[in-house]
Amino acid sequence: MTFVNPAPTVDVPVGSQRLRRLGAVLRSISVADWLAFAVLAFLAVALVAPGLLASQDPLEPNASAILAPPSSEHLLGTDYLGRDEWSRIIHGTLRTFLGSTIAVVVGLGVGTALGLLAAYFTGIADTVISRLVDVLLSIPGLLLAMVIVVSFGFGAFNAAFAVGVASVAVFTRLMRSEVLTVKGLPFVEASHHLGGGTRYVLRRHIFPNSYGAVLSLTALQFGLAILWVSALSFLGYGAPPPDPEWGLLISEGRDYVVSSPWLVFGPGLFITGSVLAFSRVGQFVKERLSS
Amino acid sequence: MTATISTRPPAPERLGAPVLVDDLRIAYRRGRRDLTEVVHGVSFEIAAGSTVALVGQSGSGKSTIAHALAGLLPDNGVIVGGRALVQGRDIAGLGGRAWRSLHGDVIGFVPQDPLSSLDPLERVGKQIGQTLAIHKTVPRSEVRARVHQLLDQVGIKDPAQRSKAYPHELSGGQLQRVLIAIAIAARPSILVADEPTSALDVTVQKRILDLIGQLGEDLGLATLLITHDLSLAQERSDELVVLNHGEVKDYGPATRVVERPSDPYTSKLLGDAPVNNPDKYARLLAAHDVTAEPAITVRDVTKLFGTRGDAGAVLALDDVSLTVRRGTTHALVGESGSGKTTLARIIAGITPYDAGEIRVGDRVLPHHPAPVNRHADQLQLVYQNPLAAVDPRYPVARIIEEPLLLRGSQGRSSRRAAVRELLDRVALPQDVLTRRARELSGGQRQRVAIARALVLAPDVLVLDEPTSALDVSVQAQIIDLLLELQRDQGLTYLFITHDLSLVRQISDRVSVLRHGRLVEQGRTRELFARPKNPYTRRLLEAVPGIAQTRREAVA
Repeated sequence: MTFVNPAPTVDVPVGSQRLRRLGAVLRSISVADWLAFAVLAFLAVALVAPGLLASQDPLEPNASAILAPPSSEHLLGTDYLGRDEWSRIIHGTLRTFLGSTIAVVVGLGVGTALGLLAAYFTGIADTVISRLVDVLLSIPGLLLAMVIVVSFGFGAFNAAFAVGVASVAVFTRLMRSEVLTVKGLPFVEASHHLGGGTRYVLRRHIFPNSYGAVLSLTALQFGLAILWVSALSFLGYGAPPPDPEWGLLISEGRDYVVSSPWLVFGPGLFITGSVLAFSRVGQFVKERLSS
Repeated sequence: MTATISTRPPAPERLGAPVLVDDLRIAYRRGRRDLTEVVHGVSFEIAAGSTVALVGQSGSGKSTIAHALAGLLPDNGVIVGGRALVQGRDIAGLGGRAWRSLHGDVIGFVPQDPLSSLDPLERVGKQIGQTLAIHKTVPRSEVRARVHQLLDQVGIKDPAQRSKAYPHELSGGQLQRVLIAIAIAARPSILVADEPTSALDVTVQKRILDLIGQLGEDLGLATLLITHDLSLAQERSDELVVLNHGEVKDYGPATRVVERPSDPYTSKLLGDAPVNNPDKYARLLAAHDVTAEPAITVRDVTKLFGTRGDAGAVLALDDVSLTVRRGTTHALVGESGSGKTTLARIIAGITPYDAGEIRVGDRVLPHHPAPVNRHADQLQLVYQNPLAAVDPRYPVARIIEEPLLLRGSQGRSSRRAAVRELLDRVALPQDVLTRRARELSGGQRQRVAIARALVLAPDVLVLDEPTSALDVSVQAQIIDLLLELQRDQGLTYLFITHDLSLVRQISDRVSVLRHGRLVEQGRTRELFARPKNPYTRRLLEAVPGIAQTRREAVA
């Protein structure tokens, strides 16, 4: 027996109700969440206007300051050509995120479509797609991405695409299970009963009610994509030098890890920070959508 | 039941009563400071060997009081005033340790939902044995014998065998018996039963209530029965406490409260219960033409779940035939598992069927319905749970508009106008249009569902227990609405329900299903006055309060 509030808040105007709800939401956000949002905001600025955060040219060598330690002039020191590491990281954000975005769009798009098809049509479609996903999942993601990028040729786009393909399976699995749950709900049947066709019900009822969980996975997967794209660049499969890319920066700094550790720690910190921030925000979205 | 106790006037001074509740106030903490009082000064007492029923609708605070007495209030529930004495001990502010000596030994609790109240991974005998072990009622060597004895006492046949069963192997009624066995295992003097039968069929309900009454008498228990059914409460208790919004509206001997209510709220509750008011819609029903042409014809319909010859196959419907005439209400009654919902879904064109023929109007339904219903404007199904039957993401306006959108015939403004007109017809205010289903009350949700079903102006509505989740007063409003709509638009209703008193109130004809077979059908009035089939008779006798009004009708 549950206690039902006998007087539902009927006569409160909708506007002030929304305001109060917003206030409650803002108050319930934890410090970690705020921190994650701050990191993302910083990265957003680095994406849109890197010049605001780093005034020096990321590609300009400076023979007088080769492998300079961190100072007020060079926040994270300089690399073996005297280029400012901080500028290179900030300017590299765009390239890294572009790669991750491509990866996630490929994974999300293909995965969602496959999951929706498998779960809605069941039968042969489901069998074929699900077995394919099983095969994909049995290969470690990074290894799969490497295989793909090797067979398609090196390059920033190919590396991103490979990472995307490697993450299709996760999205397909999740979307399939969400759709299977939603498909059995009475309102889906009711919509068919009201005369709704397959495409209408898929588009208007099943998809909107099942993508919540997938959306939060997207944020998590974006963090992972940053890691994988950087890993491929580190191994030399991705963006070619001299373009700054986080994985590439670590790879270049590796030779000087003993004498100039900032060349590894700088970009490493950015990768770690952004992955953590994205996963935190992913969790946040998931919690809010399910409540 | 001892009648002598019931005539005694309430006297809160006597401390001898096992349960004495005096001006009890209970609040729930919401947030850090906010206390919302939900029980406002309730007083009653229960003498040994007698039964007191707390009656009220959802939100009346009846379960809160029961949980407080059983020490099961959630963490945010606080007793903020008054006293609640259990054998002379005030339970306000008792801690977990103090409660442990009361649970089981002094108070036994029978929960509402038997299925979710037992551990699915433990044999039921072991679960009863655990209670015995905790309370050290019997030495360890005798636990098994005592478990069997308890199971026997609660009327479970072959206790030695059944005690080895897992909860999923037992029926709802048997599980409730097991829970009663657990409640009385440590020989308490007080039994709190929180809607013990609301999840059970009416014939099972009768047997469970018989058992609780019998045990109360044999063991001299002071029983607190929580229920929303006033007739049931009257039949099963000595004294009644009628609650509304946390206040006592009426308190006294059961027969007095029902026959001479001292508060208008009690009278309203009595009037809203279909069992007390069988002729409420007699004039409307008299206007129905029971010889009209058929709107639905069901002939020899058979439906099998699973493969024929398979051990797990269930014959859900077996050669069922019935005719629903245009403009009338045909009730389909039966207990859970009787196949009534299956038949409703087959007629609605959702579930396929194996044999026979179904006609809706002039159209013969295919055995395997197309996935997309092209005849939505002919027949609509109204679901039992309106909240589940509408998309949680859409506002009411969009929900009611959907069938029109799907037909794609009208422009936006005329669709809007149609939605508004329908909202008026189901007596909903215009401001619900922007809200989502979960922001509405139960009654409003069902009105939205009815509005959606009617927006295409179908002739036939199949109503699958549309009021079973609603309080009796809200149910009365929805039934009023349905009969009004029927009068104005000449609708045909196939009404699925397990509530026989409601059937008697609103239907022209009735068909009784049992295990997928039609056991009896006929004019409602005749069938209720002179049931031919023994099963129908048993079903009728099990309805609380129906015997009395039936006798009057026959006389």
